[in-house]
Amino acid sequence: MQGSVGYNLGFAAAVCFVCAIVVSTSAVSLADRQDRNATLDKQNNVLVAAGLATDEESLGADEVANRFELITQVIIDVRTGDVANGFEPATFDQRAASIDVARSSPAPDNFARIMRIPHRALVYEVRDGAGGLDMVVLPIEGLGLWGTLYGFVALEGDLRTIRGLTFYEHKETPGLGGEVDNPRWKALWTGRMAFDDDLMPVIAVVKGTAGSVSDAPYSVDGLSGATITSRGVTNLLRFWLGSDGFGPYLTRLRGAGGTV
Amino acid sequence: MSKSREALIDPLFNNNPIALQVLGICSALAVTTKMDTALVMSAAVIFVLLFSNLFISVLRNQIPTSIRIIVQLVIIASLVIVVDEVLKAYLFDISKQLSVFVGLIITNCIIMGRAEAYAMQNPPGMSMIDGLGNGLGYGVILAGTAVLRELFGSGSLFSVQLLPLVSEGGWYTPNGLMVLSPGAFFIIGFFIWGIRTWKPEQVEQD
Repeated sequence: MQGSVGYNLGFAAAVCFVCAIVVSTSAVSLADRQDRNATLDKQNNVLVAAGLATDEESLGADEVANRFELITQVIIDVRTGDVANGFEPATFDQRAASIDVARSSPAPDNFARIMRIPHRALVYEVRDGAGGLDMVVLPIEGLGLWGTLYGFVALEGDLRTIRGLTFYEHKETPGLGGEVDNPRWKALWTGRMAFDDDLMPVIAVVKGTAGSVSDAPYSVDGLSGATITSRGVTNLLRFWLGSDGFGPYLTRLRGAGGTV
Repeated sequence: MSKSREALIDPLFNNNPIALQVLGICSALAVTTKMDTALVMSAAVIFVLLFSNLFISVLRNQIPTSIRIIVQLVIIASLVIVVDEVLKAYLFDISKQLSVFVGLIITNCIIMGRAEAYAMQNPPGMSMIDGLGNGLGYGVILAGTAVLRELFGSGSLFSVQLLPLVSEGGWYTPNGLMVLSPGAFFIIGFFIWGIRTWKPEQVEQD
């Protein structure tokens, strides 16, 4: 009978049931497509960081796969820097690993506010015809103003010079911190030095204008109106390029004569 | 003017949800920096309004009055999630740019307002027409705002460069205010002024 408590409860349950079916059907049936889009977007960002694609191009799935053939995907042990065998790059989920107690360890105090470091990470190596290292693309993440920035940094074969930098996921303010994905700002990174002569990661986003690559090899222009985002980018780069991040891996590559 | 025609045309200028009722302003500021995001957002709102009005109208005699608001919200929220999933699957780039604002359609007062004010009292056919009309009224303002913001803020329309920018070697210095939310406030303010000058009966008495 309408108006009774039983009727209200029954009606609410029926509406919830129907809506739940509609929502879960759409989520499940579209999940494959969404995953493919997300993977494609991530791979596209690796290509952009590596300078193998530009932001203006919109590459189809085939073209991304095609250009990706130049790149070797390697899963490494972050703590030792060695190649970790027995993992499949296609299904490796670094973000899931970072929050899994069994597959990550707590990070020491750091400015990038990274809580846990995954035991293993997926990196991208590009080798020239002779097998020498041409560049390496590393995943980076760290806190900005509103949330975590996820991106990639590409280092030249000397493992000191930055080839490119991209962020594929962030929650920064559009027009201010959101300019981290502005192609003109990203272009400023190419050619800057991530490490000084003692191989310490010293690259920094500075307030105001940094100047040309030769004048200020270790600095990049700040994003106006986005001090905290700029500082976040500095901190996350220094963390991931440092000894708690990809330091051991980079040291191994340098030792193995990866340097040209 | 027939009743259904009125339900469709009226929300465009006579009773525009943004310009007269001043609802849905938040998303109108957020998604109108570019034409494509503004149009996709409008389409998403039109879809949600059409079907939320339809389903709520079909159930209007069965919905218990004591829990009607939450029932309306459940229906609206489900439709919004479906739209969000479809955008993520088929328009990934635009869905990335719209980010949280698709999800926030749930809280868009236009949709709750039409459900409560119209669909709860009127038959399904008329409710759908009302939903379409109000969605188009929202879309007209969004599209108008986005044309001005993208053209003067970035010198382009649908990402096609029309005014060559100084930074790319052209002559046009983009107006930074247009890209920021306050720019949209000014433009929508001018629209409201224009519509009320054209239709003085919309001016509120004080």
